[in-house]
Amino acid sequence: MDKPVIQLHDLSKSFNKHVVLDHISTTVEEGTILGLIGPSGAGKSTIIQLLLGSETADSGTATVFNQVMPNRELLGNIGYMAQNDSLYEQQSGRENLIFFGRMKGITKQDIPSSVEHVTNVVDLGDALDKRVSTYSGGMKRRLSLAIALIGNPDLIVLDEPTVGIDPALRRHIWQELHRLKAEGHTILVTTHVMDEAELVDRVAMLLNGHLLADDTPEKLKNKYHVNSIESVFLKVEEENK
Amino acid sequence: MRTLVIAKRVLTELLRDKRSLALIFIAPLLVLTLMSFAFNNNSTQSTKIGTVSVSKIFNQKLDQKNIIIKKYATISQAKAALKKDQIDSYINQSGQKLSATYANVDASKTAATKMAIKTAAGSIQQEKIENELTTLTKNLPESPKLNVAQPLSLKNHYIYGDKNTSYFDKMLPILMGFFVFFFIFLISGMSLLKERTSGTLDRLLATPVKRSEIVFGYMLSYSVLAFLQTILIVLFTVKVLSVDILGNIWSVIIINLLLSLVALAFGILMSTFAKSEFQLMQFIPIIVLPQVFLSGIISLDSMPQWLQYFSYILPMRYAGEALTGVIMHGYHLLTVWPMLVALLIFLIVLLILNIIGLKRYRKV
Repeated sequence: MDKPVIQLHDLSKSFNKHVVLDHISTTVEEGTILGLIGPSGAGKSTIIQLLLGSETADSGTATVFNQVMPNRELLGNIGYMAQNDSLYEQQSGRENLIFFGRMKGITKQDIPSSVEHVTNVVDLGDALDKRVSTYSGGMKRRLSLAIALIGNPDLIVLDEPTVGIDPALRRHIWQELHRLKAEGHTILVTTHVMDEAELVDRVAMLLNGHLLADDTPEKLKNKYHVNSIESVFLKVEEENK
Repeated sequence: MRTLVIAKRVLTELLRDKRSLALIFIAPLLVLTLMSFAFNNNSTQSTKIGTVSVSKIFNQKLDQKNIIIKKYATISQAKAALKKDQIDSYINQSGQKLSATYANVDASKTAATKMAIKTAAGSIQQEKIENELTTLTKNLPESPKLNVAQPLSLKNHYIYGDKNTSYFDKMLPILMGFFVFFFIFLISGMSLLKERTSGTLDRLLATPVKRSEIVFGYMLSYSVLAFLQTILIVLFTVKVLSVDILGNIWSVIIINLLLSLVALAFGILMSTFAKSEFQLMQFIPIIVLPQVFLSGIISLDSMPQWLQYFSYILPMRYAGEALTGVIMHGYHLLTVWPMLVALLIFLIVLLILNIIGLKRYRKV
């Protein structure tokens, strides 16, 4: 359980002289769900970009599976669910899944079973062969999650997976994340819904480019003598004004 | 392998997008047909000339093919008619002096009028000389044998086309290339832009796909489309618009195909500089339109030197020259090889720039 999957070491990044990440260090072990919380613009998405190699750090290193990112080959073992749905609207759900599966490097022979596996997980059912343009918002999120899961990657990165969806689906997605964790997957999830942060193994709080708290929800609540992560967040924000 | 999967996806999306298909396959045919009607009308319009106190003989001589003569009593009447667009010009004679006034709205009518006046004046002069000559020979006691030469006869032969060949025929080879260039440029640019704005490019780049595989996937799918489009345009111009192609029809298709690949790579590159569809549209007047005027549709020799040099950096120039060579001069593909090499260099450079350009979105 203590094999490190993600290691951020002294990571800094600025855009146009605006410091977004200021010497961030943390480690995520195999089989944990790390919740990255913070207001928008705090640098959550930048951390994801650095992990996926779409940006490079100004200083410090980000390693995934003990390899320094950016690394193209490693992306085959990382599932990514973007903040917006990012789907091919003119294709059916199945076509989207097959396409991204193939891009991940799944062979033609293995594609049908992989597609079937992830569609069962997210419960897409009949909609699978309809065009994505006819999907509801919730359906698109399900498909988006299924794409992140295809190929059974060891690391799953989810950028605000539960924005704009109904409570039932939100609960369903979190149940799924816990099941994946039990299977040994490592999950990094960003959110700004504080009660979701109660559901993760570890909360990392980002504020103005600094990592201000990084512990289990229980320990954080005890440390700040409050009964919710939301209160922890407010206290931390207060302290750092 | 991923290249093929990407190409297949782009192609199926395109086939489901009826509007883009119409833009690629129907729009060029429509525009070509319209242009052929607009430029191909060989039935010369008649030119109306008003005459004021012009001698009877001149009026007779002026009465030529496609010329309609209207007589006016005074200049002011003729002037009024000219103003009302009832005539295109009027001629006024005083003694041995002619003066002509042209509306000059249509330069070709002005030219036709000038020509008619010149011919009329010339033939009057000639008749006078002949008359003088006859009286002169009559009065001579011993008439020397006049050596009157047979009038010259002229028969026209055309290398390209026939007597009905019009300006449209000269434009056509280049127009054909331009349509291939323009429509492929537009659609391919849009499609990669859409991939970027919808976020699917980010998602795609979060997989182990190579940047070059994305570029080649796009190139492959659009070249299928470009191939079909080119064949359609070429067949349409040959069969329906009945335009002569002196060279090999496959040479025309190959040149157009090469041009469409350049357009494709160009469109994809431009889309990386645009944030929205509208911004991509803004490139059209700057990047696409100058190519038409410097492609040889208007003779480049008559342009300022710097503009001629400038045209060397435009792919349309090379395609225009190659297409004109094959269609109007009947050149073999190997004869126009420098143009093909130029297009190939454009293609390779643009491809490399595209692959590097995607680095903006993923660093490896």
